Amino acid sequence: MFANYVPVIVDGLVDAALIFFVAVGLTLVFSVARVLNVAHGSFYALGAYLSVVIGMWLTGHGWIVASLAALLLSPILIAVALGPLIERTLLRWTYGRPEALQILVTFGLFLVLEDMQKLIFGVEPYSQDTAVQLFGVSHISGIVYPNYQLLLIVLAIMVGIGLRLMLRQTRIGKLIAAVVADQEMAQTIGIDVSRIFVLAFTLGVLLAALGGALASPMIGVAPGLGAEAIVLAFAVAAIGGLGQIEGAALAAILVGLTRASAIYWAPEFQPVVPYLVMVAVLLVRPYGLFGSVGLRRI
Amino acid sequence: MAYSGPSVFGAFDMVVWQLLALAVAAMALPVAVPWLGFVITVAIGKGLAALGVAMLLRGGLISIGHALYVAVGAYATAFLMLSVGMNELFLLLVCTTAITMASGLVIGAFMARYRAIFFAMLNLAISMVFFTLLSKLYNLTGGSDGMRVATPTVLGVTLDRTKFDLVLQFSAVALMVVVALLIDRYLKSPLGEALTAIHANEVRLEYLGVSARGVILAVYTISAALAGLGGAITAVAIGHVVPELSYWTASGQLVLIAVLGGISGVPGAFIGAFFFELVRTFAADFVPDAWNAIVGVALLIVIFFLPQGLYGLLQRVKMRKARL
Amino acid sequence: MNPILSVRDLHISFGGVKAADGVDLDIYPHEFIAIIGPNGSGKTTFLNLCTGYIRPTRGSVIFEGRSITNQAPRTITRRGIARAFQIPQLFTGHSLIENVMLSVAAQHGIWQAFRPLAHEAYRKKACEVLDLMSLGDIAHGPTANMPEGLRKLTDIAIALALKPRLLLLDEPTSGVSTAEKFALMDTIVGVLRAEKVTALFVEHDMDVVERYADRVLVWDAGQVIAGGPPQEILCSSHVLERVIGIS
Repeated sequence: MFANYVPVIVDGLVDAALIFFVAVGLTLVFSVARVLNVAHGSFYALGAYLSVVIGMWLTGHGWIVASLAALLLSPILIAVALGPLIERTLLRWTYGRPEALQILVTFGLFLVLEDMQKLIFGVEPYSQDTAVQLFGVSHISGIVYPNYQLLLIVLAIMVGIGLRLMLRQTRIGKLIAAVVADQEMAQTIGIDVSRIFVLAFTLGVLLAALGGALASPMIGVAPGLGAEAIVLAFAVAAIGGLGQIEGAALAAILVGLTRASAIYWAPEFQPVVPYLVMVAVLLVRPYGLFGSVGLRRI
Repeated sequence: MAYSGPSVFGAFDMVVWQLLALAVAAMALPVAVPWLGFVITVAIGKGLAALGVAMLLRGGLISIGHALYVAVGAYATAFLMLSVGMNELFLLLVCTTAITMASGLVIGAFMARYRAIFFAMLNLAISMVFFTLLSKLYNLTGGSDGMRVATPTVLGVTLDRTKFDLVLQFSAVALMVVVALLIDRYLKSPLGEALTAIHANEVRLEYLGVSARGVILAVYTISAALAGLGGAITAVAIGHVVPELSYWTASGQLVLIAVLGGISGVPGAFIGAFFFELVRTFAADFVPDAWNAIVGVALLIVIFFLPQGLYGLLQRVKMRKARL
Repeated sequence: MNPILSVRDLHISFGGVKAADGVDLDIYPHEFIAIIGPNGSGKTTFLNLCTGYIRPTRGSVIFEGRSITNQAPRTITRRGIARAFQIPQLFTGHSLIENVMLSVAAQHGIWQAFRPLAHEAYRKKACEVLDLMSLGDIAHGPTANMPEGLRKLTDIAIALALKPRLLLLDEPTSGVSTAEKFALMDTIVGVLRAEKVTALFVEHDMDVVERYADRVLVWDAGQVIAGGPPQEILCSSHVLERVIGIS
C-alpha cells in the first residue's frame, strides 16, 4: 500500500526542494526589506543559464567533474555581481514606499533582466545534464531515481537548517534577526542596518540563483524560466506567510507533494496546483500559514 | 458662508478637452500613417484595461492579474461568435462587457477582503489558474494555439477587413471618450473619492459608516468590465485570441501602462497606452530582443522622476503656463 | 430616563494584561462625561470596544436599547455613534473640506455614484461644520502636513459632520497648546450642547475635566474605580493618588 505512494512522495520532495531554494530567498528578502521582489525569478533564470553555459564550456574541454563546480560557482558569481549593485541602486529607493511602487520598480527590473538574459544567452533553449549522468541512479521500491534528485532533497534540508542556524547562532544572523524584528530599534542600538540589507538581499539572490543552477541539469533552460519561477515562488511564499522561513519550507513541501500527486492523477492540471493551494490557504488564513498582522493603533 | 477656493473637482471641462484632443490625435495619426490605425485600436483596448488598473491603484490596490479580465473578454467574444453565433460587433462588445463584469463581481467579492501584497498575489494566482486552463483545455479553447475570431458584422452590414478595421478604430476612439467621461464622473463622486480615502486611511472610512469592502468591490467590478471591453476590442482587432493574453507579464504591462500614463486623471491610462504601443511598434523593428528592457527603463525613469506619470507632466506644463 | 449607552460586564485582555475587567456603566442622554485614569488603564480600549474596533471576550454594549456588541465600526457608526481619535485619522490625500465632505456624503449614502463629491449639498453642510470649528480659512488647504492642533480639530470636525447622537472623543486636547485648549473645548462643547449630542471624552488634563465634565469616571487596570461629579472626584485623595500620582 505504502509502496504505491513512494514515487509520489519522492517526486514531491524533489519538487519541493527546487521550489524551496527560490521561495526561501524571496521570503528572506521580504522579511528584512519588506519588499516583494518581482525580479527574484530572474536571478533563478540567470543562475540556470550561467551554470549551464559554464558547465558546457568545462565539459567541452574535458573537465567533466569540474562542471559540477559550475553549479555552485555560478550562483556565487551572480549574487556578488548583482546583489549589492541592485540593492544599492534600485531596491534601496523603494524601502518604506507603497507596495504598488515596490512591485512596479522590481517589475521594471524584471523586464530589464529578462532582456539582458536574452541578449547575453540568446533565445535558443539549452540543456546540460552532465550532473545527473555523473551521479548515477538508485532503486527505491523498484523504481529508478537519479541520485542527483535525491541529493537535491538533502541539499534543500541542509540549506533550510543552515539558514535557521545562521539566523539563530551566528553574529551576522542575529543582526539580521534584529533588523527583521524591529528595524528602528536595531538602528538605535547601533546596528549598521544598511549593510544588513545588502547582505540579506545578496543572500536572497544567491539562493534564487542556486535554485536555478541546481534545477538546470533537470530542465531545458529557455526564455520564460524566470517568469515561471517567480509566480511559483510568490505562491509558496504567500502560502507559508510572507517573511516566514519555516513557512516557506512547509509550503514548498505542501506544493511539491500536491504537484507530484497531480502529475499522477490529473497531469494536465499540475500547473494550477500551487495557485489553488494558495487560494485555499489564504481563504482560511488571510496572511498565510505562519503569517499574522496586528491591529493598527488608533 | 461658501468657500470658493481652487476646486480640485472643477476640472471636468478640462478632462473633456483633453480626451477630445486625444481622440483627434488617435483619428488623425492613421490618416498620415495608415498602418497605425491598427496600433491605435489595440492601444485603446490596452488603455481601457489600464484605466481599470489605474482605478484600483488609486485605492492603493495593485493587481498583477488584471490581464485575466482582458482574456475573459477576448475569449468570451470568441465563444459568443463561435458557439452562440453572435456576429454583431456592438452586441458583442456589450455582451462581453456584461460577462466580464459578472466575473469581476464574483471574484471581487472574494478579493475585497485582501489588501496590499496579498491582493496583488491573489489576483496573480487566479489569473495564472485561468491561463493554465486556457492552455490545457485544448478541446474547448484550442489550447496554446488559441482561437480564431472572425470579422463581425457592423449594424448588420458585412464589411471587408480594411473597412471593418477603420470602423473598429473609430468605434474604439468613440468608446474611449464616452467610457473615460463616465469613469471621470465616477472617480469624482463620493464612491470614487472613497478609493483615495481607503488608500490614506481605511479605518477612518469605516468610522464614517462606509464599507471599505463595498467600495473596493464596486471599483473591482468596474475595472473588470473595462478590461473585458478592452479584451473584446483586442480580440476583434487581432482576429485571434491566445492564452498569453492572461499571463502575468501581460498584467504587469497593464500596471506599467497605468503608471507610465499617470493615475491622477482618466486620460493618463490612454496616454500611457498610446506611448507604450508606439514604443513597442518601433522598438520591435529596431531592437526586437530589447524592447522590454527599453520599456522597463522607461518605467523606472517615470517612477523616479515623474511620479505623476506622463499625464502629470502634461498638467504641470499647463499649470506653469497658467501662472505666466 | 433610559441610558443612551449601557455597558455590562465588559472583558478583554491582551497577553495577560486586563484592559477591560468587568466594566459596567450607564450614560444618559445629553451628559458630558470625562474618563480619566493612568496610562494603560484601558481608556482607549474602552472606546475601541464601544465602537467595534476590537471585540470583547465577554460582556455587552447596548446603544439606545439595542445591542451593538460584536458589530463592526461602520455598523455602529451608522447607528449614531461617532468617534474622534487620539492620533488624528485623516484622509491625507484630500483637502480639509474634502475630508469633511466625505463624512457628509457617507452619512447621506456613499452610493450616489454620479453626484460629485463637490456637490453643493455636501459642500454646504461641510462648510457649516467647518465654520463651527473655525476652520473655514484653511478649508481648501491640504491635510497631509497640517500642525497637530489643526489635525485634531479636523478629526473632530469629521466626526461632528456625521451628526452623531453619541460622540466619543479620545484626548481632544492632547497636542493642543495650553493657550488654545480652553478655546478648543469651548468650541466643541458649544457645538455638542447646541446639537444635543451626548459625549464621552478621555482626558489627561484635570483643568479641562473640571471645567467641562458633568460627570467623571475613573479608570484603573481595566475597571471603573470611581464615578461622580468632578468637584467630588477630583478632591478624592484615593483618585488623585491613582491618576495623578499625588499622595
